[in-house]
Amino acid sequence: MATAKVRPLENAKRLPTLEKARTGMAGFDEITRGGVPKGRPTIVCGGPGCGKTMFAVEFLVRGATEFGEPGVLMTFEETGDDIAKNVASLGFDLKDLMARKKLVTDYVHVEPSEIQETGAYDLEGLFVRLQYAIDSIKAKRVVLDTLEAIFSGFSNQGLLRAELRRLFRWLKERGMTTVVTAERGEGNLTRHGLEEYVSDCVILLDHRVTEQTSTRRMRIVKYRGTSHGADEYPFLIDDEGFSVLPSTSMRLNHAVSKERVSTGVADLDEMLEGKGYYRGTTALISGTAGSGKSSLSAHFARQTCRDGKKCLYVAFEESPAQVIRNMRSIGVELEPYVKKGLLKLEAWRPTQSGLEMHLLRIHKLVERHQPAAVIIDPITNLMGGNFHEVHSMLMRLIDFLKMRKVTALFTALTSGAHKEIEQTDVGISSLIDTWLFVRDVELNGERNRCIYVLKSRGMAHSNQVREFVMSNDGIRLLPVYAGGGTVLTGSARLSQAARERADAVLRKQGVAEKKRTMEQRRKAVEAQVAALRANLAEEEARAGTVAFEDEERERALSRDATEMENRRSGKSAAKNR
Amino acid sequence: MKVKSGTVSKKASANAEPPTIELKLYVAGQTPKSLAALSNLNKICKEHLQGRYKLQVIDLMKTPQLAQGDQILAIPTLVRQLPVPIRKIIGDLSDLEKVVVGLNLRDSGGAR
Repeated sequence: MATAKVRPLENAKRLPTLEKARTGMAGFDEITRGGVPKGRPTIVCGGPGCGKTMFAVEFLVRGATEFGEPGVLMTFEETGDDIAKNVASLGFDLKDLMARKKLVTDYVHVEPSEIQETGAYDLEGLFVRLQYAIDSIKAKRVVLDTLEAIFSGFSNQGLLRAELRRLFRWLKERGMTTVVTAERGEGNLTRHGLEEYVSDCVILLDHRVTEQTSTRRMRIVKYRGTSHGADEYPFLIDDEGFSVLPSTSMRLNHAVSKERVSTGVADLDEMLEGKGYYRGTTALISGTAGSGKSSLSAHFARQTCRDGKKCLYVAFEESPAQVIRNMRSIGVELEPYVKKGLLKLEAWRPTQSGLEMHLLRIHKLVERHQPAAVIIDPITNLMGGNFHEVHSMLMRLIDFLKMRKVTALFTALTSGAHKEIEQTDVGISSLIDTWLFVRDVELNGERNRCIYVLKSRGMAHSNQVREFVMSNDGIRLLPVYAGGGTVLTGSARLSQAARERADAVLRKQGVAEKKRTMEQRRKAVEAQVAALRANLAEEEARAGTVAFEDEERERALSRDATEMENRRSGKSAAKNR
Repeated sequence: MKVKSGTVSKKASANAEPPTIELKLYVAGQTPKSLAALSNLNKICKEHLQGRYKLQVIDLMKTPQLAQGDQILAIPTLVRQLPVPIRKIIGDLSDLEKVVVGLNLRDSGGAR
């Protein structure tokens, strides 16, 4: 009755795992953990204009140019020339690939009006053509775009389906990694149910328009034999092809650094334990309009470049030229760093695209430029959408940057009411390591800026509010006077300072005066004491003399007495005989 | 019956009329369907065309590159090149009526 033992999992490592064929498309290979299944068919389905053909063609082109796998492009709707023109915008030169025998196209045209069906037939012609194409360049990859087009040409659906099944078996037997595109059907993934035959991997592309911005999304509906990301991933198609945004690992296990990075403003460094931010952390500068957030960012950018590291500055409000000009006026010269290639200034309007697109663009810029610091100024422009989306996007961005140990600095525009600020940013504050606050203080007809550190994880930061002053030489932070319970800045501070100086002088004088008085008193008292002492000494001396005289007299008296005694007693009779 | 490859021309024996129909039969090897198609075709040609045709049998197993030119998907396919418009008839041609209609043979004035 021994129960059969389950084989230990160690054996599982020796079992062959599903081989994957890399596509070379940014992000896609990550979410599929290696690419599409090798030697098997994959369906890419979606509505019109979703990018299915682009995906398939990029798969072939990169297969041929990056992975040494020539490919066959069998098209059923557009001619090879049309497709070549379409993908030219992605930078893919199909004609060149064809000339180099890395790619072969075959346009299969089915014209229903031409055809009469008279008896039994099969689709062997398709197989013949495919075989011929594969053999001509020893292809390893095949694309069928859009296979469902043949359904319109032949009336015998049963036969068609049987032949399709045969086709996919045929492709599998020859080890062809195939990508098939299909139109999205009502309620089904594909109009003709192709997913029944191609069940190894199904990818769904989507093109959604929300609030006038369109987002492209991709989802892996099914991927047999492997774990895969199951979420919807936003992607974009630009002049480099597909870019998919994989979710970064949300496991919160990124390594941390003990290194410190200067903020670029020496006085601010002082408030942060004298050393500045931790490397790889995120800092947020919140402040009202015109409070100097961008200026602080520019200082940080300059510092990063001065240290020889690269910096990426993403501006959502000003053009790069404007940023450079404005910062020049406070003595921060950014242009030389731009020329040297250390500073990359990128600007675009946040309304241009959806949140994920921004995230994706920043991803791409970071991957390409490899900066040590990233500045995003401001992030509040992105907060158009609903709170969760924004929060999720920021979380992913911060995760991404932390994984790469990039020090990030964000600026946020607030409306001014102190309570409101702390409220609106409450969702983000948990993601931020250092939060600086720049506030305007109005007093005596002036507006002056103050800065303080709201929080800074992992260090003993100053809790002082300091006055923030910008001049042609940059930013300085001055200690603020809190006289009589109010914060004084600007000219009020100056006048207070003057007053206090005057007071100090007065006090000093008062003290000196007192000292002198004391001195005099001491002298007087000492003189008195001396006099008293002298008196005492004299009296003592006198007393001594008097005592001596008294004693003498006593002795004389006693001598006399004794004398007399003796005389009386006859002692002296002896003398008289 | 052997499948002949290459051009097979059957000219009129006595009348020497110019061929009015050009046909291409695409097959793929010696499958039953291909053989049936060829035999059916020969029957039809004998009955309706009496020699005024030009038939080319193309075996795609031997010359696969020719499938692309005529956009051949189904096998067997009979292509009527002339007279235009091009007509394609797929199948083993067992439905003779349909073939005749499809090739428009009634109007070609073939004597019966």
